[in-house]
Amino acid sequence: MTKKPWISLSGIGVFAVLLLAVAPLVLSDHWLNNLGKYCCWAIAAVGIGLAWGRGGMLVMGQGVFFALGAYSMAMHLTLETAGDRVPGFMVLYDPLAPLPMFWEPFRSTGFTLLAIVLLPVVVAGALGYALFKRRVKGAYFAILTQALAVALATLISSTIRETGGDTGLSDFKYFFGFVLNDPANRLMVYLIAATLLIVCLLAVWQFYRSRFGELLVATRDAEERVRFLGYDPANVKLVAFVVSALMASIGGAMFVPIVGIITPAEIGAAASILMIAGVALGGRASLFGPALGAMAVGWGQSSLGSTWPDGWTYILGLLFVVVILFLPNGLSSLPARLMRRQRPGPVEPPAPAIAPAELEEVKS
Amino acid sequence: MTDASLVVTDLQVEFSGFVAVGGVSFDAHPGEVRFLIGPNGAGKTTCIDAVTGLTRGTGSARLGDTELLGRPVHKIVRLGVGRTFQTASVFDELTVLQNLDIAAGRHRPWVSLLRARRGVDPSIEHALEETGLTGELATPAGILSHGQKQWLEIAMLLVQDAKVLLLDEPVAGMSQDERTATGERLQRIAAKRIVLVVEHDMDFMRRFATRVTVLHQGQVLSQGTVAEVQADPKVQEVYLGTAGAATTAAMAVVLEPSAATQTLKEQ
Repeated sequence: MTKKPWISLSGIGVFAVLLLAVAPLVLSDHWLNNLGKYCCWAIAAVGIGLAWGRGGMLVMGQGVFFALGAYSMAMHLTLETAGDRVPGFMVLYDPLAPLPMFWEPFRSTGFTLLAIVLLPVVVAGALGYALFKRRVKGAYFAILTQALAVALATLISSTIRETGGDTGLSDFKYFFGFVLNDPANRLMVYLIAATLLIVCLLAVWQFYRSRFGELLVATRDAEERVRFLGYDPANVKLVAFVVSALMASIGGAMFVPIVGIITPAEIGAAASILMIAGVALGGRASLFGPALGAMAVGWGQSSLGSTWPDGWTYILGLLFVVVILFLPNGLSSLPARLMRRQRPGPVEPPAPAIAPAELEEVKS
Repeated sequence: MTDASLVVTDLQVEFSGFVAVGGVSFDAHPGEVRFLIGPNGAGKTTCIDAVTGLTRGTGSARLGDTELLGRPVHKIVRLGVGRTFQTASVFDELTVLQNLDIAAGRHRPWVSLLRARRGVDPSIEHALEETGLTGELATPAGILSHGQKQWLEIAMLLVQDAKVLLLDEPVAGMSQDERTATGERLQRIAAKRIVLVVEHDMDFMRRFATRVTVLHQGQVLSQGTVAEVQADPKVQEVYLGTAGAATTAAMAVVLEPSAATQTLKEQ
């Protein structure tokens, strides 16, 4: 698959320089903050690329894991902002309302960070174990995960006193002791998100070149055959699914201090599908495709989506159709395709490819 | 390698009321190329499916002292039972080396999965030589010829160190030369392992079988050496009489005693 691993690695290096050094110098605060938001989606997208592109699991409900990270972080930041008092929205309806039990542990920094990492691992682990051992796959798997995202969004909407409901959680003043209004601190938060994206890319790069990556592709293409080689494909898929859930959670956690608000709309069905859309556009099985695709969709949403909100949805839809029709492997497969067109022969599979190439020359 | 034999006793497989295999018994030992033949729908593949855990069967299938029935597929494989499928199933997007590397992986610790591969395992090199695929190391399995794919499958069984090789129509779609090469390779492999072949090709069976079991409608019709089976009137009756026209044509070769014995003499 990755015949030249060092090219990919230097690609990540260039990407890191662009994100960590060039972007902070060139971009305004506003756009840097937006870029941070795209990074969060890109982190989730990298995970989707692993689970869907390489593992063949169409994870349509990554919003669930995005929410686990986001709400863990948001609850901690809300409590940090509220100090000793009960968060404002809770006493809106009942001035004497106590802090719900499940909020209490999120006062602790350590617990919050642990929750961001462990909650998605536990939830995805249990869910994946139940589904993969029962050999649930394909459309059933996709619909099930999607339904979970809808269910969680509905649950949060309906528990307005405990979770803030549709209004979500917002107005965070501090981020682990740092004042969020301070531009220097905002830059720091951005750099954390960008660094996490690079780390996730590196993790996936190693996954793809490892034996596990080969096994994952094998499981995607012929699950039954893998079983007959003595592996339990459920375990292989479980690992990829859990890692992708973890990445979604990390993306969600960083989304909160950067954007400053988290609502059920950011984690529900539509949001989950938007994450998938970015991955499909970029190229789900490639290393950079998912991240770049997610960033592109994010950028389109905040630039076109704000100036021309009615048209943006159609443009995205059209783009999606065109890419799926003509570039099933996403935009990241475009350079390889163009190169193949320019110098046919060596890139194509041997013998039979020569004839059509000659034909084309004759025609031109 | 192993002296353990595969012993199948009174194997029964039922699909919601329909008895596909109704009490089949046979055994296979290291050192022989064992054939399972019969007309379409006789239950040959179903027998293999049951032994490998793909479908549920009752009765007994033992490898040495270990009962195989009732275990999940991958556990049976880990006991040393490997199989191929009628349609060669290899991982098309992966290279020959990657295919074999995955097959060799079950003997490795889990942690090694997280590292990239360095070099080629000796067992893989050996299997490549054995199956004549040494030159195709970096070829994506998807563009191999049909015969090469089937050899790749056999090579995968060799590197996974299967004690039992259950081969489902390994020469289907192969040229005459490829068939001969495959048969000779199977005889070599069978010296140390149990090889059980499900086949339609009677000529191939005659040339390379040590012992044969004939199945018909989920029952064992006849068992023995090639000559014994061919001489069995029951076998002749089934292939001439009640079975469909297609199988009659296929078995016509069997019923030419002169031609058959000639082939035997040639060997």
